Amino acid sequence: MNFIEIIKIALQAIRTNKSRTVLTMLGIIIGVTSVILLVSIGNGLKSYITDQLESLGGDSLFIMPGELEIGPPTGGGNGGGGMPGAGITASKFTFDHINDLKAEGKTLKTVMAYIESNGTLRYKGNALASYAYKGNALASYAYKGKTMITQVAGVGPEYPGMRDQKVTAGTFFTASQYNAAKKVVVLGKTVADKLFGQEDPLGKRLSISDQQYTVLGILEAKGAFGGLDLDNQVFIPATTSMRQFDTEYIQSLWVQAQDQQSIPEATAEIKKILGKTLKADEFSVLDTKSILNTISQILGVLTAALGGIAAISLVVGGVGIMNIMLVSVTERTREIGLRKAIGATPKTILTQFLVEAVVLSVGGGLIGIALGLMFLVIINHFFPAVITVGALVLAFSVSALIGIVFGVAPALRASRLNPIDALRYE
Amino acid sequence: MKKNNVVVLQNVSKIYQMEGVSVTALISASLQIQAGEFVSIMGPSGSGKSTLMHLIGCLDTPTTGKVFIEGEDVSGLSEEALAKIRNQKIGFVFQSFNLLPRTSALTNVTLPLFYAGKNAAESETLAREALIKVGLEKRMAHFPNQLSGGEQQRIAIARALVNKPLIILADEPTGSLDTKTGETIMNIFRQLNQKGQTVVIVTHEIAIARQARRIIKIKDGEIQA
Repeated sequence: MNFIEIIKIALQAIRTNKSRTVLTMLGIIIGVTSVILLVSIGNGLKSYITDQLESLGGDSLFIMPGELEIGPPTGGGNGGGGMPGAGITASKFTFDHINDLKAEGKTLKTVMAYIESNGTLRYKGNALASYAYKGNALASYAYKGKTMITQVAGVGPEYPGMRDQKVTAGTFFTASQYNAAKKVVVLGKTVADKLFGQEDPLGKRLSISDQQYTVLGILEAKGAFGGLDLDNQVFIPATTSMRQFDTEYIQSLWVQAQDQQSIPEATAEIKKILGKTLKADEFSVLDTKSILNTISQILGVLTAALGGIAAISLVVGGVGIMNIMLVSVTERTREIGLRKAIGATPKTILTQFLVEAVVLSVGGGLIGIALGLMFLVIINHFFPAVITVGALVLAFSVSALIGIVFGVAPALRASRLNPIDALRYE
Repeated sequence: MKKNNVVVLQNVSKIYQMEGVSVTALISASLQIQAGEFVSIMGPSGSGKSTLMHLIGCLDTPTTGKVFIEGEDVSGLSEEALAKIRNQKIGFVFQSFNLLPRTSALTNVTLPLFYAGKNAAESETLAREALIKVGLEKRMAHFPNQLSGGEQQRIAIARALVNKPLIILADEPTGSLDTKTGETIMNIFRQLNQKGQTVVIVTHEIAIARQARRIIKIKDGEIQA
């Protein structure tokens, strides 16, 4: 009796009970599918955010209001790095701070103000379009053009350089336009498409919260992420933004250090310069690397937690297999008795039932992997999920392991049956 | 002990422990079965004939005394070793057939050969031969539930025959069949015996027992002369 023949016998037993086989596998199928999906979504999220932050460059620093602690994963007595909570504390930054930093900071290449607000954008269309409506005075009067509410970012002229984002049409605003707080706007790709369609927006006038702005240029598309369209925003000078939205302080400051190596020096320098006018708890300096570390740490924990929850369903599936196998052993008591009578040793009976359990769980695992991959193809249309070979191998081996672990008890019971009692069993 | 004794029991007793109470099923039983014999073991239910059959069939080991199969003492063998002896030397036929459901007649018959480690092609040839011997050459692909009781019992006999056992051990082989069908089954056993096969039939029916050449009567756990 070799192993291949035992597998054949086990497969035959499984084949004679098709619907029960599928139902037994279901628990494992659902478990493996959800583990794969959750882990891939977690990985996708992580790599996307990492890419985004890395595109800012390793030489970027952010000065946020309030006291934030974003440290490396190992650091901090308060449980290894705090949560990033930018914008919770009211800002105290003014243009004086920017000027101080620019004047005194030796390791700082650029310092930029960043203010985020929401505004109503309205474009009435060109003269020709409204002229066409003259035949009907009422319609012409009612025609107000296209409207959209979107994010308005107040930034400095250094923005495209810092973000490494090209201006695909027209120009970004200049330092002199910035200093004069001109009402000029540079559009994200989505806004340009939605508001202007086929029209060329350059030089056109649109209103942002009832103030007239001139379109200077369009920025290169950055793409969408999980329903959040990064091109669905417009950029105006931070100076203009403060007047337009009547803000007293600058939300945050973006700094570019000379190079990646000078980040620690730059951080120290910023703290020293700002420390003259601000209290230590009124600002914090964050660099891309520490933000990255914290985010990947949080996402790692999140992915593990979600994967762990899904893994519970795998265990439940394993218990399901054990139940069915125990029922099967009882149901097939006479068969086991007969097999023993005609020469099956306890070992071959044990192997047969163990193989049955493993075939059920591995079969369920393979189907689960196939289903998971199918769902991933669909999910990838609107979310960048990333599957790793490691996750697949893990899902497969876990399901095989579950078959062995949960198959042992029923198989042992089968192998220990006394052939005489088993043959008499009604 | 003569050489051609295939089964020898020497002062064999079997005592079962049931919830602390000792139940003696067999008291100091001794018997010999020679090669080519057609023996029936007869007794009323509870007489110990099933216990005797289990001991001869190596399904159980004695509490005291010795059991020899082809001169080999099997009294103290491990479960693994007993399984091997059952596979090689004993062919069982049961009252309720005990065929695997949803499995063809042919596959049912190959089962002992699987456990004997024979390859699939050889097993199939041997199984076909065995099925021809019991007259079921036209029913090889049928499932047990598509066959009559008599046909099912013939598959069981083919399964007992297929590994060319030392003895065929039949436990009430006609118990689930009508008299006429039972008669055909007994004919098969008789034919097999005429070709030299040792056959042992356990029964409580005197009519069946009489068809054997020798009757071993058992009552209250004791073999009557």
